[in-house]
Amino acid sequence: MLKLEARPQPSPAWTYGSPLLALLVTVLIGVLLFVALGKDPVAGLRVFFWDPIKSPYALGELTVKATPLLLIALGLAVCFRSNVWNIGAEGQYVLGAIAASGVALMADKGSSSWIVLPVLLAGVLGGMFWAGITAWLRDRFNANEILVSLMLVYVAVMLLSFIVSGPWKDPQGYNFPQSRTFDAATRIPRLFAGSRVSIGIFIALAGVACVWVFLFRTRAGFAQQVGGLAPAAARYAGFSSRRALWVALLVSGGMAGLAGALEVAGPIGQLTPYVPAGYGFAAIIVAYVGRLHPVGMVLSAVLMSMFYIGGELAQSRLGMPRSLTGVFQGLLLFTLLACDTLVNYRLRWAK
Amino acid sequence: MESYALLIAATLNAGTVLALASLGLLINEKAGIVNLGAEGMMLCAAIAGFAAVVHTGSDLLGFAAGIGAGALLALIFGALVIWLNTNQYATGLAVSLFGAGFSAFVGVGYVQQKMPERLQFEIPWLTDIPLIGPALFRQHPLVYLTVLLALALIWFLYRTRAGLVLRSVGESPESAHALGYPVRRIRLLAVVAGGALCGLSGAYISIVYTPLWVEGMVAGKGWIALALTTFATWRPARVLLGAYLFGGVTMLQFHLQGDGVEVPSQFLTMLPYLATIVVLALISRNPQWIRINMPASIGKPFYPGA
Repeated sequence: MLKLEARPQPSPAWTYGSPLLALLVTVLIGVLLFVALGKDPVAGLRVFFWDPIKSPYALGELTVKATPLLLIALGLAVCFRSNVWNIGAEGQYVLGAIAASGVALMADKGSSSWIVLPVLLAGVLGGMFWAGITAWLRDRFNANEILVSLMLVYVAVMLLSFIVSGPWKDPQGYNFPQSRTFDAATRIPRLFAGSRVSIGIFIALAGVACVWVFLFRTRAGFAQQVGGLAPAAARYAGFSSRRALWVALLVSGGMAGLAGALEVAGPIGQLTPYVPAGYGFAAIIVAYVGRLHPVGMVLSAVLMSMFYIGGELAQSRLGMPRSLTGVFQGLLLFTLLACDTLVNYRLRWAK
Repeated sequence: MESYALLIAATLNAGTVLALASLGLLINEKAGIVNLGAEGMMLCAAIAGFAAVVHTGSDLLGFAAGIGAGALLALIFGALVIWLNTNQYATGLAVSLFGAGFSAFVGVGYVQQKMPERLQFEIPWLTDIPLIGPALFRQHPLVYLTVLLALALIWFLYRTRAGLVLRSVGESPESAHALGYPVRRIRLLAVVAGGALCGLSGAYISIVYTPLWVEGMVAGKGWIALALTTFATWRPARVLLGAYLFGGVTMLQFHLQGDGVEVPSQFLTMLPYLATIVVLALISRNPQWIRINMPASIGKPFYPGA
């Protein structure tokens, strides 16, 4: 029988090899799925792994989708490393989008383009506020953060729905539940003509650097992770677990809110009920596949963005449901968790 | 007055969805396993059940398909968590994310489909009692079976040897192992049983509760069911009561809208989620109270000899 044997130390090779193996297994299952459905698997592989990178425009779109995923995942990595289970990033993202829209809607023809800064700041604060509710309920009432943060996603989506069909509804919008289009001044500056890539990607990459420094080069970041790995040791060292909880949730809420702000003031350009696109949940997978490491998450955010674009292309070109994206995302997390066993255990045949 | 009878009837109906799933999750947690995948299992079971009814015309086969789908996903979850020692929270999340994606993928062709004529159930004689009749005796048989199930679970957990073994596995897997019980096999059985009940609940949603298929139609009921086990401090009878309470909160919004209460519908839709948060905070406020009642090894992996 196949047996697991604990390794004395986690295997460094498998730490990095496991996401690749997981991707390989997911692709294999994907190919089998295409064959089973009578679709050409080569065409399937192409829409997922070649078409999203084959032209400058496609690369731009890949970046546009990878940016929010990366930002949210960076915050979640801080959370998960602190053993705080924030799975409601989607709600924090929505609140960031709502708060940013509140500022963006104040702009008019005469506004300077510096208004982008308050727009983004509002997004950060909105996300922090929403995550702060979870932190407060956990801190003050000991309420499970997994369930609270997730319930708040539903509340945030309903709040968004109310706002766009009530107070901020565009009077000239043919009765669609959406806000008016934001003034051009609030648009996040774009990098090139003919592509939707904005300075958001630089903000996200700066976030990578900041999170790396915070986690691996500051005392606060160290305290955060000790609390996650060994709560008793952290207590003994005098690291406050309450502080770790608040830091983790406020950082991840702020990052998710920032992603929401960049999205409404960037590619979307108005507040609509379609703002929540599942990035908050997909970012959980990005964080895990990227090993909760800032650099690893750059790669996994790009990969997840490929899944999104591949799903859209599979719908338009191969006539497959767009939800294919969700299937592959879920499969990837499953296979990753299974492959991660190899990091800590060796497989042995034993009688 | 008639409208109150209907409100009670609707409450029992909505409560049944939550009760079935939450009793399943209770079995898991009594054995020490938290399955955050309830939402995903219920979604897959909802589409499996719906598709089975559309193709075969038999509600019973629909429920069986739902149970099968829930149990199958739970089996995958259990194999990963129990044999490969993966993190329970992360694996449960994977089930939820995969379940949401997979059910949407499979369900695309079923969105506009209709099921055969739905049967009306009523208990002869009793249904003619004014008020009480329409409130209590015109329900789907599963509503009554759920109450029996809760009673059976109480009996099983607290009056049988097998139930004692199950609880010991959740309290102290090391002791159970030392006594020679196959801890991991017992945990897997509990996980699969829990998944089957979540599956039954999911199928009940798409076959009886709102007889149609829409992407994401479980709408957080799996997560509310998870919260319910904590509210109930892991007691089956309280799970049942809590489920009806939350069923009532869910249904209250329609009642209020019918009464012409001037609140935007979105705020009424928020009610069950807000109520979950509030009650969770109130119950968890006293850590001792939780610690006394919670299975001691909940969420902790067990690997013999490690």
